[in-house]
Amino acid sequence: MHYHWNWHIYWAQSPDGSGTYLHTLVVGLGWTIALSLLAWALALLLGIIVGVIRTTPLRWLERIGNAYVELFRNIPLLVQLFLWYFVMPELVPKGLGDWIKQMPPPWGAFVPAVLCLGTFTSARVAEQVRAGINSLTRGQRMAGTALGLTLPQTYRYVLLPMALRIILPTLGSEFLNIIKNSAVALTINVVELTAAARSMQEYSFQVFEAFTAATVIYLLVNLVVVVLMRFIERRVAVPGLISTAGGPKPAGH
Amino acid sequence: MFSNFDYNVIERSWRYLFFDGMAFTLRLTLLAMAGGIVFGTLLAMMRLSSIKPLAWIAGTYVNVLRSIPLVLVIFWFYFLAPYMAAWVVHSDTPVRVGAFASSLLTFAMFEACYYCEIMRAGIQSIPRGQVSAGYAMGLNYWQTMGHIVLPQAFRNMVPILLTQTIVLYQDVSLVYVLSITDFVGAASKVAERDGRLVEMYTFVAVVYFISCFALSLVVRKLQNRIAIVR
Repeated sequence: MHYHWNWHIYWAQSPDGSGTYLHTLVVGLGWTIALSLLAWALALLLGIIVGVIRTTPLRWLERIGNAYVELFRNIPLLVQLFLWYFVMPELVPKGLGDWIKQMPPPWGAFVPAVLCLGTFTSARVAEQVRAGINSLTRGQRMAGTALGLTLPQTYRYVLLPMALRIILPTLGSEFLNIIKNSAVALTINVVELTAAARSMQEYSFQVFEAFTAATVIYLLVNLVVVVLMRFIERRVAVPGLISTAGGPKPAGH
Repeated sequence: MFSNFDYNVIERSWRYLFFDGMAFTLRLTLLAMAGGIVFGTLLAMMRLSSIKPLAWIAGTYVNVLRSIPLVLVIFWFYFLAPYMAAWVVHSDTPVRVGAFASSLLTFAMFEACYYCEIMRAGIQSIPRGQVSAGYAMGLNYWQTMGHIVLPQAFRNMVPILLTQTIVLYQDVSLVYVLSITDFVGAASKVAERDGRLVEMYTFVAVVYFISCFALSLVVRKLQNRIAIVR
């Protein structure tokens, strides 16, 4: 029980010569945020497309969408990351594969990490988009058709603007999930926040200070995102609906 | 594309992959599920308790662990476990804790937070009148919980608890960061030894996909059966 606490360690120089340990952690936080934001953008784009095609009247499109969701849901994130990082460059045409492998250090791992987190989360977003569209009354779709809108127009002007606003809270918690899941990228040497804390622990031997700092930073980021999302939710809430949140949470992280 | 795909490496290593790697993964999954559900149920009871400090402690624990990455939690417990063990056995020096015990502790404590939220929803789905009826019959808190509320809550939540267990089964792969030989760890060792990354990781993905997909179909069936009874 003789752990030697040293809370001044954050201001000590780290041996990699870039600055203090605190600096290492802040840079790590920067990578975590960059990774999460890019992956979220990708997840929203793909997720909305796949979510929409799962609600169209076309059976074969719905099947493709379902297969997409099952594929990304039933393989662990770590394994998906390895597929993107180790396997994907070998399977694409040789020229492209070599180009991917020769990307300079942070990008060679960062790009697969963004693709992995983005597609992984897109399957979950797709599930929510589908639930959001299905939660609208049938009358809305019919009204769109009755007004002479084509199917894409019905989605663009009637269904999606409503559905996306309804599922906004769950999309927000999906962003929190991406921030957490981005820590998995340390396995392919992306030096995000958890990896930065890990390297601080390895160099300084101050295990608990390093992980405490990372934990506190994650909690603060969480808090900021929650407050921001609440603000956005209030701005875009659909007038007249009691609440868009609530209901039992699905299993997952 | 798959022209130089070497199936032989899987044939050579499948015994190791399944009997060492998958055995570890399954053992860890099942024990962590058991521990997680028991501890998670206790946490849920604490969160719903009328004793405010208890509710606050459980709430904070669950919310903090739910907001940080699992990888970070794994590191936390990996380094904390020796100190916790020292505290339990009143030792002055940190006690060595094996990889299995350390990861079991991690996953049981971590997944308990998710099982807790599921059980909390389950308990809250039971009408309040049943608790009052229990008290009116002279049962105490533990008897009311154990004989009336929890069996029903548990039954209603079985599909979601199982879905969470599939998530846990996938999460166990993250012990890779401690260089433990679980299914992914075993595959990555073979992959690096033989220089066969493509084959091994594709194989791992296929095995996970088939097992998780099959399990989720079973859960879906179960869900339908329970839905009719209710």
